[in-house]
Amino acid sequence: MAETTDTPGLMFRAELLSEVRDQLRRSSEYIVIPILALLVSGLLFSLFLLTLGKSPADFLSLVWRGGFGTSFSWQNTLVRATPLIFTALCVAIPARLGLVIIGGEGALVLGGFASAAIAIPMVSWAPTYLLLGVMALAGILVGSLWIGAVGALRHYRGVNETIASLLMFYIAVSILNFFVEGALRDPSDPNKPSTMPIGSDNMIGVIPGTDVHWGLIVGIALCGILFLLMNRTTFGFAAQIAGGNIRAAQAQGLPVGKLMVISCAIAGACAGLAGFFEVAAIHGKANASLIAGYGFTGILVSFLARHNPLVIIPVAIFLGGLAASGGLIQRRMDLPDATVLVLQGLLFIVILVSETFYGRFSIFRSKGETA
Amino acid sequence: MSKFEISRRSLLQSSALGLATLSTMGMSRLAHASNLTVGIVYVGPRDDFGWNQAHAVGAAALKDVPGVTVVEEENVPETIAVQKSMESMINLDGAQLIFATSFGYYKPFVLDVAAKYPDVEFRHAAPLWTDSDPKNAGSYFGYLDQAHYVDGVAAGLSTNSNKLGFVAAKPIGTVLRNINSFLLGARKVNPEATVQVIFTGEWSMPVREAEAANALVDAGCDVLTCHVDGPKVVIETAESRGIKCCGHNASQAPLAPNGFITGAEYKWETIYKGFAANLAEDQALPNFTGAGFDKDFVRNTPYGAGASEAAIAAADAARADVTAGKPIFVGPINKQDSTPLLAAGASLDNYEPSLDQTDYLIEGVVGSIT
Amino acid sequence: MSDDAGVTTVLLAMFAGAIRVSTPFLFVSLGEMLTEKSGRINLGLEGTLVFGAMSGYAISYHTGSPWLGVIVAGICGSLFGALHGYLCKLPKVNDIAIGISLMLFGTGLAFFFGKAYIQPSAPRLPSISFGVWSDHPAVRQALEINPLFLLGLALAVFLWWALKNTRYGLIIRTTGDSAPAALALGINVNQVRLLSTMAGGFFAGIGGSFLSLYYPGSWTEGLSSGQGLMAVALVIFARWNPIYCFWAAVLFGAAGALGPALQSIGISRGYHFFNAAPYILTLFIMIVSTSPRRSLKGAPGELSITK
Repeated sequence: MAETTDTPGLMFRAELLSEVRDQLRRSSEYIVIPILALLVSGLLFSLFLLTLGKSPADFLSLVWRGGFGTSFSWQNTLVRATPLIFTALCVAIPARLGLVIIGGEGALVLGGFASAAIAIPMVSWAPTYLLLGVMALAGILVGSLWIGAVGALRHYRGVNETIASLLMFYIAVSILNFFVEGALRDPSDPNKPSTMPIGSDNMIGVIPGTDVHWGLIVGIALCGILFLLMNRTTFGFAAQIAGGNIRAAQAQGLPVGKLMVISCAIAGACAGLAGFFEVAAIHGKANASLIAGYGFTGILVSFLARHNPLVIIPVAIFLGGLAASGGLIQRRMDLPDATVLVLQGLLFIVILVSETFYGRFSIFRSKGETA
Repeated sequence: MSKFEISRRSLLQSSALGLATLSTMGMSRLAHASNLTVGIVYVGPRDDFGWNQAHAVGAAALKDVPGVTVVEEENVPETIAVQKSMESMINLDGAQLIFATSFGYYKPFVLDVAAKYPDVEFRHAAPLWTDSDPKNAGSYFGYLDQAHYVDGVAAGLSTNSNKLGFVAAKPIGTVLRNINSFLLGARKVNPEATVQVIFTGEWSMPVREAEAANALVDAGCDVLTCHVDGPKVVIETAESRGIKCCGHNASQAPLAPNGFITGAEYKWETIYKGFAANLAEDQALPNFTGAGFDKDFVRNTPYGAGASEAAIAAADAARADVTAGKPIFVGPINKQDSTPLLAAGASLDNYEPSLDQTDYLIEGVVGSIT
Repeated sequence: MSDDAGVTTVLLAMFAGAIRVSTPFLFVSLGEMLTEKSGRINLGLEGTLVFGAMSGYAISYHTGSPWLGVIVAGICGSLFGALHGYLCKLPKVNDIAIGISLMLFGTGLAFFFGKAYIQPSAPRLPSISFGVWSDHPAVRQALEINPLFLLGLALAVFLWWALKNTRYGLIIRTTGDSAPAALALGINVNQVRLLSTMAGGFFAGIGGSFLSLYYPGSWTEGLSSGQGLMAVALVIFARWNPIYCFWAAVLFGAAGALGPALQSIGISRGYHFFNAAPYILTLFIMIVSTSPRRSLKGAPGELSITK
């Protein structure tokens, strides 16, 4: 960054100021519009609550208290956000190529299953770090093969990736159930069919001083790495071009097939890691509880974040907070659990619609610039 | 392992002997009922016509205890979400007693939270607690297989084809035990009877449950029963196909005005009322509460139009026998693969702990676990 | 049971299952087909289906008329469709993402207002007995056919004819293939898409009412196990051809009956895979029947998901 010292000298003071002001104007658009969207959806939802005779103010304060207001609530929120970060990445990376993958849940389920299965013969002798390392690798490998196959089917057979990944989710569930209720079932626990536990000593611990497991840190780091990969490397650049127009990319000699398979494999690896953390940090074994819908919520997170890995982090936390406060709302306001679904749906619709307003208001433009 | 078996058995025998309560096992850490918040967690919607509703209706008894506040949360999945829901009840609502009503909540979630919050009491609806678990945790459960056994007796006398159909969700211990007991009931009065089982693979999947019920009828079954979260679909399908049926979880009698024989129902309200009484008198809750007909923890639905005189008489007699402690599992019984479970003359007590670990179907049941 | 009898039982069960289970898939996929033909994709039909199931059941309970329930379910569905169609015409609004949030919103509203209708029993739709000639009870049962199934079949044939041979069909296809071309012809692209999405929502709502009012015939929160989402996928499988949509739905229904039918004759080892048969079969057919060299025949050129 050698130039930075020179730049002010080269530029008139007034010019610099106006440059900064313009920058602020433009970026404030990305703060003002989401806030307005939140306000509008809050207003709409308040009307919904008022027709039911419930107090919107109570609701808001409970969302705050349950999701963000206390240190317990914050940790609750972060715990729920963690798997969403991974599954959202599973959607975001292929989306750069224009691929819509909605079956990340399948890679999560099988990734979790693979890491639990590979642990079975190792638990008796392997030290914790080796065990966890191998488990993580197994989750990554199986997840990347699973979604990588979707990418390969798309490129080499022309099978639509959206439907293939959805179909493969159902197949993944049957594979999990087949083994968990059959050959790999822990005979000592007949009432919740599961694989053998990895043992509480081997499980991933929490970040000191919190209740949140290390998956959160890994997820955030992964978001950073993948942001750099997609925005600062030739791979990311090529993916961007292919996502814009596949035929043009092919004409330019870009290896579109490779790009697709690799992007899908990276995506699957993220979902597989989510499965690994579910097994290694939460359940200690694989069972049907792995099918918790994180993969499907991740689709929404990614779309709300416009497939930007860095934006995924706050969006996932926001969603985690809503989920965390859902229970408190049920308990205090005597509203059914579906209330949070209604709120989420409404919120997302408004936020997505707010996209249309970017670039529409001249207040966010610098003077002379036309909208 | 054997130590646990012995302690569990002696525990259960004491309950079978009819000792008033097991409260000596419990530790009194609860605050006075005059200022107690109770949290209840459900895995599905509270009004699902099945498992969750049965709990919610029963747990309403707790709300009548003066000074007790009940907070409830529904549709809580068996993931970290249930752990956080319980902690949220403790941290934000001040709950000091928590009922976790789904099987999969126990390990690791109830155990973890119980260890983390030693001053809060936890009770879980499945026969899973052992004395090596935290003492502020515990189990409560009704042995529904006794009621399925009585259903089987009535069904065995109601079939012409000698084929009974069973729509089951997942091959877990409790479900397998209910299927086995249903067959043993039928075989007791009708040695020709077989039970054909179809696993749907999910606790709630109405379309597949209907398909399974239709497939069983098409295969010649003329009495159907089930163990799924919401039996509504199976019962209505049986009725529309003009055959007889036995219910599960709650009363489905109104759904089958012609063919309903009887049904197996939990009577959670007995347990929750008992807990409510304990709380009202500031007594500790027992760590392990489990029983069947003997303590009115399970019951049969009142007979419907599908029950013949003979079936009613035989079922009433069978229920009286089980209530008096006569065993359901009486040899010779073979497992499906023809290996012996019980030799001729041998029998298993109805509260035999190994039955909680059922991982087999017995000979006479058609259908495989995997 | 002899092998022959077993095979007959399974085949008969699959035939019956094809008729019983396929109807919701048929209606939702026809609706989605129409929407996609106009150049938009609506992933929210799962929410529409669930809301249709709830509203149809509720109306049938309150009025005693299941057919009124079907119509109201359709109207509710078209309202969801209108919302989708209206929002997606705004610039920079992504139709896939709006669809996913409508799925949440529709399901949420259905669960929220549906709590009161889990317990009551509403009048169900009647069926027509086509099997009176047979004395085999399983055949008679298989031929108890709901009028909605026949209506769906007729609708598939009508849409196939209308898309090909009518002016409206041409307008929809042009809009879906190339918005600039449609504009050049003086077609109001957004209005065509709005109406197509509304019609699609109408059909999806009807598909939902079939679930709650005929088979399996009750309203619970677990009623749909992803039928709406799957039906959307079946449209791609069916290459946007209404007749293929019918066959895809029937095939899916028949494959779904395979698992329970095999278990009923005692073949149950690996039932998880038999239960997944519809998905495995669909994936397999797609892999063998597609080709990377040509783009999907019938795919609307404007569709974001196939570009």
